[in-house]
Parts: sequence; C-alpha cells; structure tokens
Amino acid sequence: MKVAIVKYNAGNIYSVIHALKRLGVEPVLTDDPALLASADKVLFPGQGEASNAMHYLREHRLDEVIRSLRQPLLGICIGQQLLCRHSEEGDVDCLGIFDTEVRRFQPTRHEDKVPHMGWNTLHDTRSMLFKGFTEEEYAYFVHSYYVPLCPETAATTDYILPFSAAMQRDNFYATQFHPEKSGSVGERILKNFLEL
Amino acid sequence: MLAKRIIPCLDVKDGMTVKGTNFVNLRQAGDPVELGRTYSMQGADELVFLDITASHEGRKTFTDMVQRVAATLSIPFTVGGGINELKDVERLLSAGADKVSINSAALRRPELIDEIASHFGSQVCVVAIDARQDENGWTCYMNGGRIPTERNLFDWAKEANERGAGEILFTSMNHDGVKTGFANEALNRLASTLTIPVIASGGAGAKEHFRDAFLQGHADAALAASVFHFGEISIPDLKEYLRGEGISVRR
Repeated sequence: MKVAIVKYNAGNIYSVIHALKRLGVEPVLTDDPALLASADKVLFPGQGEASNAMHYLREHRLDEVIRSLRQPLLGICIGQQLLCRHSEEGDVDCLGIFDTEVRRFQPTRHEDKVPHMGWNTLHDTRSMLFKGFTEEEYAYFVHSYYVPLCPETAATTDYILPFSAAMQRDNFYATQFHPEKSGSVGERILKNFLEL
Repeated sequence: MLAKRIIPCLDVKDGMTVKGTNFVNLRQAGDPVELGRTYSMQGADELVFLDITASHEGRKTFTDMVQRVAATLSIPFTVGGGINELKDVERLLSAGADKVSINSAALRRPELIDEIASHFGSQVCVVAIDARQDENGWTCYMNGGRIPTERNLFDWAKEANERGAGEILFTSMNHDGVKTGFANEALNRLASTLTIPVIASGGAGAKEHFRDAFLQGHADAALAASVFHFGEISIPDLKEYLRGEGISVRR
C-alpha cells in the first residue's frame, strides 16, 4: 500500500511517521502532486498556525491537489481545521471540504484552560474510523481552536462546549485529536483508516 | 471529560535512568526506553525524560534515546535538561519529542520562553520551576536546586504564563523525595492564578497524595518517579483508586 503524507510548513510529522511504521507502513512525505494523487491513502497532519499554513498550501498549489483527491485522506489536528471553510485563526479562508467555520475556544470558567490539552473522551462516534469501538475511549488533544458540531461531525468531545472531535465527508476524514499520540486507541483508528 | 494526567518522570544519565532523593544520592533504575514502554502499557498518560548528563557526548546519547523513545511510544513525552537555546529545542523536537521542559535557562533569560512559543507554539513549552519554601516564602532555584535566585515562585510562574509557556511543572524542593505528599497549598495558589495547566511534582509516596494534589491542589497532572520506578505504586492501581475517589482519569 502506498501511503503519502502531505509535506507543508505545519510541523511535527515525526510521530505520524513513527506511528505508521509501527503499523508496518513506510509512508512518503511529499508535496509532489503526482505522488499524492497516486497514493492509496493520504495523511494531512500538522501543528501550526492556520493562515501561514493556508498561504503555504496555496503558494505550492497543494490546495487544489488536496481538493481533487478521491482516495481516503485523513486530516489530523490543524489538518482537520484546514479542511473547513474558514478559520478564525488568522481570519483565513481554508479548503472548504467541510462547510463550517473554525473558532477559538472562549473560556467561561477559570478552570477552562486554553489550549485544550490532554486526554478526553470521544462520544457519538459514527465513522469507519471508529470501527470496533464499543465504549467511550480517550484520545489525546492539543488545540486552541475547534470545529463546532455540524453535519460532518463524526465524533464529539466536550470541552467548554461540545465540538467536532472527528469529521467525515465522502473520502475526507479528519480528527481534531492526535491518533498518533493516543496510545492503543489511536493505533486502532489509524489501522481502521489504512483498511478503508 | 478531560482526564487528570499521571506522569512518570525518568531522570537519564549516560543513557540510563536514575532517581535522586532530595536531588542527591542517585540510584540506578533501568533502561529509559524499556521503562517508558512499560509505563505506557500500564496506562501512563505522558512521560518526562530529564537529561541530567553534563557532557557533550551525554547530550548526543540523550538525543539518540529521544529518537528511540519517539519510534517506540505512542503517547506524548516531554524532554528536559540542558536546554539553553532554540537550537537545543529544535534538536529535541526533530528527534521526536512532543514538548521541551526548560528551567535554569528560562530563569537566566526569560525571553527564551517567548522564543520557543513563537517558533514552535506554546504547547511545546513546559516551564519547570524548582522552588523551596522558607520563612520568606517560596524561592525559585536554578541548576537542579543548587543555586537560589531572587525570584518568587508565584511571580515567576505568572511571568512564564504571560510569556507563552504552555504548562508549569512545579517541584517543591521541601517535598521532593520525602514522600509525604505534594505541596498542595502552593499548587492550589498556582492553579487559581495561572491560565495554563499545572503539573504537580515532588512528594508522592502514596495513592492518597495524588488524590490530594488533584482535589486540594487542583493540579491538572501529577508527576512522580521513584514510587513508580521501585514499584511502590502501580499505575493501574493508582488510576483505579483515583476513579473510585471520583477523579476523571483515562482508562
């Protein structure tokens, strides 16, 4: 199986590469449109700032490439946010796969710290990514912006308010949490994605 | 619900884990990667690896170890020790660490916090504070607790928060190694003044101590070393106990 990771300016992809290797997959990290288009699966991970990331994607024409993909793609963390229509972070238009807006967490109590960091539960999981899940599982999150609940929501997590912990539309899958850092739960999610 | 985190800490010297009592008398306790994997399988939520090697070669050994940890573990981990400039942060993040913990270097040059936050994001930057309480209050120490500074714990933690730290890892030197519980009053004060998570460190000796750090100290996470390394408390037992006390922990 050919697995490609989208190479752009939003960093820390090492842990995604390691996680895939532990599942027996050797991913290629590339910004070559032909390689991305010919991969069986594409991962779009990352951490970083949305407007910088979008600027880079447009400059390298990766926005068109990502939108044109028809094989399963998995956006992770900022990857999920960039697949949305618009982000409050840097007030930037994003890829528009998911027709919704990315917002910043607004704490309502002192205990609500931003970023939302740590292990939190996944509810209402409804996607092949969560195949075999029988109970509420914990996943690892680090983020200050969130995607509200919308028709594409594929799992919910509650922090300050319920938000989209995962999303899906057609071949586009995404998680706000980091499956590559979510222990055995994350491994099952990545394995489910690779088996799509 | 967001879970309270249990974090084993591994002090690493020349590629092997060690743990001191009151910051001296190091005892050997095993291979860090193997130990890290064991903790991860037992349900540790995160790990901290502290490099206590001084030499240049030791640095390289540590970086190699970070790479092996990153290839092996599927939970987040923080590395610290000997981080003085952005170049060190870059090297450790490139080796696969999720976060870096800075201590003396931030006290000597607080701008380092701003620089790490703006280059890599706040979530990467853990500011570790070693402090001792005496008749004048809580004083911050540098160089592994050997050199007192002019700074007060609460002022420094607030400044670190404002400069862009993602978390505060507070070690009470009065409590460290004594195993009579965490510094819950100071933790509570930190938790109520800061807008970022606080990790409690120093003093774990029994399961009840973790409960108190969460319920009285309002810590977001609790870190310990020897009670885990020497098997005095097992992580699954600890989590079951905490769950029974009504504290949200990851299964």
